[in-house]
Amino acid sequence: MGTRGILGTKLGMTQVFDDEGRIVPVTVVHASPNTVTQVKRVGTDGYTAVQLAYGTRKHVTRPLAGHLAKAGVASARRLAEVRFADEDGLPEQGATVAVTTFDRGQLVDVTGTSKGKGYAGVMKRHNFGGMGDGHGVKKKNRHPGSVGACSTPGRTFRGTRMAGRMGGERVTVQNLEVVDVDAENDLILIRGAVPGADGSVVLVRDAVKAPAVASQGGEA
Amino acid sequence: MQRLDVIDRRGLRDDVPDFRPGDRLKVHVKVVEGTRSRIQVFEGDVIARSGAGVRETFTVRKDSFGVGVERTFPVHTPTIETIEVVRRGRVRRAKLYYQRERSGKRARIREKREATA
Repeated sequence: MGTRGILGTKLGMTQVFDDEGRIVPVTVVHASPNTVTQVKRVGTDGYTAVQLAYGTRKHVTRPLAGHLAKAGVASARRLAEVRFADEDGLPEQGATVAVTTFDRGQLVDVTGTSKGKGYAGVMKRHNFGGMGDGHGVKKKNRHPGSVGACSTPGRTFRGTRMAGRMGGERVTVQNLEVVDVDAENDLILIRGAVPGADGSVVLVRDAVKAPAVASQGGEA
Repeated sequence: MQRLDVIDRRGLRDDVPDFRPGDRLKVHVKVVEGTRSRIQVFEGDVIARSGAGVRETFTVRKDSFGVGVERTFPVHTPTIETIEVVRRGRVRRAKLYYQRERSGKRARIREKREATA
């Protein structure tokens, strides 16, 4: 069984009406057909996966150009690998993957790079409660509080959550519903929010942890 | 961004009459009860229109046996069968929230005299 995946651009969010007239918040992902640039097999690579290329870019390094040329692609904005459990249904090098690979109503995982928040305090970054906004607490309303005890242990434990860089990291949101697939315009409508800024590249894949109850339509 | 418009436009209705705050409307709403569906009419004055595009909504206020009732509908929702404009009102603001403090004669909205177009 293969995992279906596609790279696309997050266009932004809007809303649509479902069959019963309810409003559904959706993220629109534009995914022009991806090309399979490499097929990895256990025999040669030690694992099974499909490498996808999406989009174009102006300048391509010679090694990358050579790699892409094997699949008949001139340039790519992003490459990504989608793992396969076994070699059933592996596509050929040079094959294309379009949005129609997904079905309406199925669940997907979406991976992207989250928006950078810069140097964020402990309340925003780790959902700390902060301290009192009055009542004799002196100018410490967004502070983390204590980070350690006294001479035992005499140090701050590793991994203690503190302020620092937040966002701009790889984030996957699991089990989002595919509300609609627009093959004509290469669009996928995914219920809810998806990591990353508008215009950033996201990877949409079959949900890894789809609940057994939800019927996953059209799975090989 | 134009790609988003493609999605949005699909949800837009083209049968929405021109109406403004102060107008009295009859909103024919589809109500689904179990398996049956019927039409319910909600008649009242528009006290607000808000938002734009697919997200646009309007609020209709009526007085139901001495109790003020307001319903907010998305302009483009498919649950609305039709919108009927009963009369045009002459008002001087876009949001008529002051109607909430008024009742009876004070809550009347003057009718708009049609200027010769």
